[in-house]
Amino acid sequence: MSRVLERPVAPALPPTPPPRRRRRRNWSDIRAGYAFLTPWLLGFVLLTAGPMIASLYLAFTDYNLFAPPQWVGLDNFTRLLSDPDFLQAWKVTAAYVLVGTPVKLAAAFGVALLLDKATGGSGFYRSAFYLPSLVGASVSIAVIWKAMFIDDGPIDGLQQFFGAAPGGWVGDPERTMPMLVLLSAWQFGAPMVIFLAGLKQVPRELYEAAEVDGAKARHKFRHITVPMLSPVIFFNLLLETINAFQVFASAFIISGGTGGPARSTLFYTLYLYFRGFRDFQMGYASAMAWILVLVIAFITVIFFRSSKLWVHYGGDEGR
Amino acid sequence: MTATTTTNPRPPAARRRKGFRPRDLLFHGAVIAILLVILYPVAWMLLSTLKPSAQILGNADLLPSEVTLDNYVTALGGIGGVSFWTFFQNSAILAVGSVVGTVLSSAISAYAFARIEFPGRRLFFGIMIGTLLLPFHAVIIPQYIVFNQLGMVNTFTPLLIGKFLATEAFFIFLMVQFLRGLPRELDEAARIDGAGHVRIFGSVMLPLLKPALVTTSIFAFIWTWNDFFGPLLYLKDPELFTLPIALRLFVDQSSSSNYGAQMAMAVLALVPVFVFFLVFQRYLVDGVATQGLKG
Repeated sequence: MSRVLERPVAPALPPTPPPRRRRRRNWSDIRAGYAFLTPWLLGFVLLTAGPMIASLYLAFTDYNLFAPPQWVGLDNFTRLLSDPDFLQAWKVTAAYVLVGTPVKLAAAFGVALLLDKATGGSGFYRSAFYLPSLVGASVSIAVIWKAMFIDDGPIDGLQQFFGAAPGGWVGDPERTMPMLVLLSAWQFGAPMVIFLAGLKQVPRELYEAAEVDGAKARHKFRHITVPMLSPVIFFNLLLETINAFQVFASAFIISGGTGGPARSTLFYTLYLYFRGFRDFQMGYASAMAWILVLVIAFITVIFFRSSKLWVHYGGDEGR
Repeated sequence: MTATTTTNPRPPAARRRKGFRPRDLLFHGAVIAILLVILYPVAWMLLSTLKPSAQILGNADLLPSEVTLDNYVTALGGIGGVSFWTFFQNSAILAVGSVVGTVLSSAISAYAFARIEFPGRRLFFGIMIGTLLLPFHAVIIPQYIVFNQLGMVNTFTPLLIGKFLATEAFFIFLMVQFLRGLPRELDEAARIDGAGHVRIFGSVMLPLLKPALVTTSIFAFIWTWNDFFGPLLYLKDPELFTLPIALRLFVDQSSSSNYGAQMAMAVLALVPVFVFFLVFQRYLVDGVATQGLKG
């Protein structure tokens, strides 16, 4: 992030060649380097790399914690492909990612543009809008959200006031997804703060030059704001997309730990939890975990590949 | 340092316009309207906890017609013989332990990444950045199996060990960025004075790193405080429950009409987060703005 925004000034002098002693290996530095790196290295080997390899192995086994793992080849994967709950979990998760993320980012961008024009009080507004992001993923907010959308709750009251049919959203499979998308959109504060920081970095001179050339507001938005902000848009889009895949607590609480009604909140993470930690099908759940890793890795690669087409790391074209 | 002629951020003076314009009124009106919608759930939550349970649903009034603290009395009564304060204490132990572990391990590792030259550093740094994007599901199943075999399920160990081993890559990244911004001359001067890496880290870098340590502490505290999945997985005995999983148990057990007490407990579980927000909002918002930390 900040590496994108903070471009160091080009050095005025040609770089001096590194002193010769730098070439020699400094053993005390190497020792110190690895000594200081020990906490991270241990954590990486024991808690990340080791478990990843283990779960790759488990994905090809049948394992229930009690009997030793049984090698079953690709069995877990072929079973997954014909598992209706697995397909449903992808449907639910994909809908949430594809609808929830753009809605949230659109809200974040819109409010950031509004706040960028602030003539005072923007610090207060920024903090106030950020508050939901801080608490939004908590069980507490999921409990509140559920109460807001239940039969006779305030949302039901509001829709009855406008003459809609009575009924809460929590028990209606058609409306649990909109309810969760709204909960996600409600937390637009964090990406908004990032957009706002990006907007502050757009040089005024660009707008002034465009105004001299007679550009209208929408032209300035289209040809200055959006390209200048594209690294920030990219960053927010990538981060929010990856986070959206991993939503768990809110869906778990709102569905009462079931993924219901009618499997409408059976998120991928929920289904993985059910298989792994309710049914103790550790091999099956590991296969699911690896599919998720591969999907997220694939999407990340696509994002970075596509970024060459639409993300402008501007600021030094003129040099 | 960042200012060049082409990427000059707007000078603050240019943003301050003199005189009142009708546009300002329109702007503030619009922002406040959005703010009211956004903060409505929070207001509704707070005010509902003061209403008798029967008045919470089917009642459009935001303000309670009669104020009662019964909901808080019920919530503080705890669940199944375990006091609310036990849950609170468990959450606090885990959150404070996580802060200590995360700050120590991340700062030490960040120093290696930012200020020491050794072969493999770039590779490990790349891997560390890669783990930022790794979903935790990739590791959670084998971790659970191992902790289960070590008899550590139903203890705090599995929830704390990762914090002491710098698994939160975001915080390392934050500190590396911060340390890289400090002038090289600091280390060189300390070296000439005969200081080794331990001295340079402890006496020179750590004091300067304080803003990043504060940001890390606040986020580590709040993330651990609100964490649901980890405690759900590893804590089985209600005596060990943290507030989020205790709240879930409370919601599952109490009758659906008892929304008042459920929301009162939800509010109580958020009190430390609100306090942190009020005290440290600048650190929080700036942490998001400059490092992309999410809430």
